[in-house]
Amino acid sequence: MPEAVIKVENLTKRFGDFTAVDHISFEVRKGEIFGFLGANGAGKTTAMRMLCGLSRPTEGHGTVAGFDIARQQEQIKKNIGYMSQKFSLYNDLKVWENIRLFAGIYGMKPKRIAAKTDELLNRLGFMAEKNTFVEKLPLGWKQKLAFSVAIFHEPQIVFLDEPTGGVDPITRRQFWELIYEAVEQGITVFVTTHYMDEAEYCDRVSIMVDGRIEALDSPRELKKRMEARSMDEVFRQLARKARRSAD
Amino acid sequence: MKQFWAFVNKEFLHIFRDRQTILILLLMPVVQVLLFGFAITTDIQNSSVVVLDECQTAESRALLKEIESGSYFDIVQYIQSDRDIDAIFKKGKVKIGIVIPKDWSRRIGAGQEAPLQLIVDASNPNEASILTGYLQGIAAQFAGLEPVLDVETRMLYNPQLKSAYTFVPGVIGLVLMLICTLMTSVSIVREKETGTMEVLLVSPSKPLYIIFSKTIPYFVIALINIVTIILLSMFVFGVPIKGSIALLFGVSITYIFASLALGLLISTVSSTQQIAMIISLMGLMLPTVLLAGLLFPIENMPMPLQWASKIVPATWFIDMTKAIMIKGLGIGLIWKQWLILLGMTVLFIGISVSRFKIRLS
Amino acid sequence: MRTFLFLLEKEFKQILRNRIILAMIIALPTIQLAILPHAATYEIRHINLAVVDADHSTLSAELTAKLNASRYFNLVSDGTSYEDALELVEDGKAHLILEIPPHFEKDLRLASKAGLMIAVDAVDGTMGSIGSSYLNQILQSFTAGLVARGEIAYPEAAGPQARIQVIPQYRYNTQLDYKTYMVPGILVMLLTLVGGILAALNIVSEKEQGTLEQINVSPVPKQSYLLAKVIPFWIIGLLTLAIGLLIARFLYGIVPAGSLLTLYTFAAVYVVAFTGFGLLISVAAKTQQQSMFIAFFFLLIFFLMGGLFTPISSMPYWAQVITWFNPTAYLIDVVRLIVMKGSGFADLVPQFFCILGFAVVFNVWAIFGYDKTA
Repeated sequence: MPEAVIKVENLTKRFGDFTAVDHISFEVRKGEIFGFLGANGAGKTTAMRMLCGLSRPTEGHGTVAGFDIARQQEQIKKNIGYMSQKFSLYNDLKVWENIRLFAGIYGMKPKRIAAKTDELLNRLGFMAEKNTFVEKLPLGWKQKLAFSVAIFHEPQIVFLDEPTGGVDPITRRQFWELIYEAVEQGITVFVTTHYMDEAEYCDRVSIMVDGRIEALDSPRELKKRMEARSMDEVFRQLARKARRSAD
Repeated sequence: MKQFWAFVNKEFLHIFRDRQTILILLLMPVVQVLLFGFAITTDIQNSSVVVLDECQTAESRALLKEIESGSYFDIVQYIQSDRDIDAIFKKGKVKIGIVIPKDWSRRIGAGQEAPLQLIVDASNPNEASILTGYLQGIAAQFAGLEPVLDVETRMLYNPQLKSAYTFVPGVIGLVLMLICTLMTSVSIVREKETGTMEVLLVSPSKPLYIIFSKTIPYFVIALINIVTIILLSMFVFGVPIKGSIALLFGVSITYIFASLALGLLISTVSSTQQIAMIISLMGLMLPTVLLAGLLFPIENMPMPLQWASKIVPATWFIDMTKAIMIKGLGIGLIWKQWLILLGMTVLFIGISVSRFKIRLS
Repeated sequence: MRTFLFLLEKEFKQILRNRIILAMIIALPTIQLAILPHAATYEIRHINLAVVDADHSTLSAELTAKLNASRYFNLVSDGTSYEDALELVEDGKAHLILEIPPHFEKDLRLASKAGLMIAVDAVDGTMGSIGSSYLNQILQSFTAGLVARGEIAYPEAAGPQARIQVIPQYRYNTQLDYKTYMVPGILVMLLTLVGGILAALNIVSEKEQGTLEQINVSPVPKQSYLLAKVIPFWIIGLLTLAIGLLIARFLYGIVPAGSLLTLYTFAAVYVVAFTGFGLLISVAAKTQQQSMFIAFFFLLIFFLMGGLFTPISSMPYWAQVITWFNPTAYLIDVVRLIVMKGSGFADLVPQFFCILGFAVVFNVWAIFGYDKTA
């Protein structure tokens, strides 16, 4: 079995009286696509932000890429890529300028950036848009670009927070092809989503309900165990227990 | 209508959940009134002077004692040469150098003209001429001259010359403009920027309701602010309301409507929050502070600026507020100003509503 | 270091593409310098005066004419009753009333002593006190003129009389022009607005757009990120000052008496201080709206308590203590000293260290306040 790149034990986050993430424990193995599922407000994003070093855990501990999530956030950041659900490239910078900026931030050398930019844009078929302001791109393109930027510096793990919100099924399909390419390069993918068809593409999924992980296994095992025909059914069976309403 | 109140409710929740903003909105007028009322004065007191006493007689010392005994001047240093004065002025604390020439006492004894030289830092000309005036007065008194004219000065409306009287109406004008125009325009543009406005506009409610619902909370906050300012000025500064409170509120509400309408208007022409802020600040705040008679009397301005001040709504509001609060005038003497303000309000509402409709279709 | 250069490149590109900022750099100095010095003036001229002349004598007519000829006053009526004049005040058409009683001339000639009454619309306290002090000065010179012409004698006094002549010599602003005094203050206002407002809106707008999170999740050191933001504002600030100085020269003929190098040294440190202040607000605020309001709140205090419009020395002591913590107050003082009096760096050392202190405190505070891990 491959080594674990993310290990989490009893990870908890409270905001005042509200426990957003409630003692969750799991491992993510190198090279897998780990789906992190849950209804809106179940605590997915909060948990993920703790893993990325954007938020400090209230309790529990964990490591990402071998670094402690409570103490070595800056070390973790060097080894991961991140794409938030809110589109977050600079609208007032051009496509190549965004790539150059983020690659530069991760310490890549200008020459290498330039060469790899052209290679990337050719592969994506974006070469004509190299000098376009990101603002002007259609949403699906922006998302593909954001993902490519997130893995441009070849991180060990990439975190994707609902990466395909608001786009059509064809663009989503194309997006998942990019994810598979990344996995082939040896990048571990940690993805949150609430599209259950996407859950089927993951090697393993965890399902969060009210801040706790209610199930964790491969989609096939989960369906077998719960005697469900699809992940959608699995999800609905588990989500029925939820007391917290979506915000 | 029910929908309308649902929207109003949503806006209230939005604003009141943001504790920091609400704190600033409610505290801002308090701080402004206190600052304007206490700190912003042009009364000149305890000015630092240096002295070059070449005469060194009992008389010269008596004059200096006289100068220092009042509350206007503090002698901070005795110097040896008038060449030192420039260096002292360059440090910026001392305003005047008093030079008493060598033969000063002798000339007085001989009944001749005895010159007393003042070297004045005139960088602030206002201060310079007032200080010179004070010293002339002290010198005349010292010389034993009875004034020929016995001038009785009456300060009408504000016998103690408290600056609060001057500034309270202006601060109300400023704060209302700030809250109603700046906050309204920015909060509407913010929804445009984040895209939530589109969501609201495709809902089956009337678009105008949505827009008006955004102005109601600011209207309420503005009213709270007026009450705060008036209470503060009455109980902290002792500024009375001589005229009718109802009239004051009538005028204020007209002005609030004008400001809210301006806020809507700005929101229809701005695509980003930053643009809305810049327009509000440059186009409205600056003219309100400078041209509406808040800090500086309009009468002193060159004619073009005086004309410009007439199109600033705050000019009319501040003028009326001063008349009602401090002079105690009734509607008979301010109806013209009120009509002008009302006309502006109607015009602004008309333009912003029609612009808003154009944008929708 | 290389990371920092990438960030700096990004900030420059963004700022140069931001049309609002470019417009502000040009428009702000032009508008402010063109309008403000004319509007922001306590130099009271042409104050509307109603004279109530109950004496109708040669001397009362002479006094009225003298007042009318003065550049300070504008005669709006004469010869009416006090009640009529009061109505003019209520309507806002007059600010001062001078009442010349009957027998004014007779009293002056026979007794060398006469009474006069001034009524001031003191709703505007400043204008009231300045107006009445000008009026008093003219009255004094009127009687002094009469004495000099031998028309009246000084009244008999109890004690000995001396003839002290006060000769004022005005320096630095010999024309006593209020605009000369306001322009240096406005230059400071420009520097403050650029640093304060633009920087205050900057980081928080990245927060709202979500790009800040993308930066936070990267290994960028926060010092580099903030420093990359300070530098473009610093250049913009100094550029604005240059434009402001040019406008001051062409519109008002104001050329700094002191060294430009000293002026720029102070401006450079001050802009760093205020950019730090803006970034601090930006880091603390959640939305641009909030940030704007906080910035505005403090800027108003900084200006009003900075001696821009009213002298600090006129404030009550406790308020003067507050101004020690106001960086703007130091710079307004310094720029006036350099521009008007030609003060050198040696004269301004204490102010320099105060401003430097603010620059360090604000920027260090901004770095500590910026938490990449919220």
